[in-house]
Amino acid sequence: MAHSNLTAADAAPVFWETEPHHHAEGSSTMLGFWLYLMSDCLIFGILFASWGVYGRNFAGGPTSHELFDLKLVAVNTALLLLSSITYGFAMIAVHAHRKAAALRWLVVTLLFGLGFLGIELFEFHHLIHEGAGPGRSAFLSSFFTLVGTHGLHVTFGSIWLVVLMVQVSAKGLIPANVRRLECLSLFWHFLDVVWIGVFTFVYLLGSMA
Amino acid sequence: MSAQEHHHHDAGGAPHGTRRGYLTGFLLSVLLTAVPFALVMSGVIADQRITAAIVAGLAAVQIVVHMIYFLHMNTRSENGWSLMALIFTLVILVIVLAGTLWVMINMNHYMMPPMIEQPAAHTMDMSGM
Repeated sequence: MAHSNLTAADAAPVFWETEPHHHAEGSSTMLGFWLYLMSDCLIFGILFASWGVYGRNFAGGPTSHELFDLKLVAVNTALLLLSSITYGFAMIAVHAHRKAAALRWLVVTLLFGLGFLGIELFEFHHLIHEGAGPGRSAFLSSFFTLVGTHGLHVTFGSIWLVVLMVQVSAKGLIPANVRRLECLSLFWHFLDVVWIGVFTFVYLLGSMA
Repeated sequence: MSAQEHHHHDAGGAPHGTRRGYLTGFLLSVLLTAVPFALVMSGVIADQRITAAIVAGLAAVQIVVHMIYFLHMNTRSENGWSLMALIFTLVILVIVLAGTLWVMINMNHYMMPPMIEQPAAHTMDMSGM
């Protein structure tokens, strides 16, 4: 009798795991963060699509050819690219367990990021001051939405960078902090990838008459 | 212990970059950024459509360079799930971008042929003055 009960229990289909499936803490974080970045990619995708549709609708106002200052954009692109490589050096220092060097590279990265934001705010201020604000035309609405969304991402990335610098100084390069730094690494490099699209399709192609 | 470490490395996901990898990626990016800026700012190629095509092509190459050298994209990370998510996202992006542009440009073309000429002529007059 006991024997037949046992076989019945064995043969019954299993709908849930009675034993918790063990995973190391944070083992799924990187894949989850990557999926978040892909969803962010879709947000930028639709903003690029609306730029593609509205980018030439000047409504009789100033055109992209007249407004864009490519020298400023070149400086901004250089700053973001430099911040990418310095973040890379920070990650190399992190994996070599060199806390001081990692913090130094993170500070350099933050300075490049803030420089990028400063130039972008200067550009926006200049445009709005000239009467080319987001309300002027469909072209300017889509421009400010796309470039502004990217700028907001860089802003939050910079805040995150400051928070992680505080955490690393306080707790050192513990596994949790290394994992967070790797997530921000993906985020930061991803923003540089989006910027390739911005400087190419918005600024370079937009400034061609 | 070594098996556990191996498991941790696989599950930990992102493969680490090397100094050589980052520098290679950086030099390639500098080149792939400088060339399109120089092409557009100097206007050496008379036909703007050719310039636009080259600039867009270089951007696509630079995105791949960043994916490989900075985001460490490969077929092995997260047992290939990172790449699967990326390919899925790219498929959606192509559908959204190509579909939007196709539909909207066609609609502009068919819905208001006389009105599209007028503002264009107006802005050309403005810039001429």
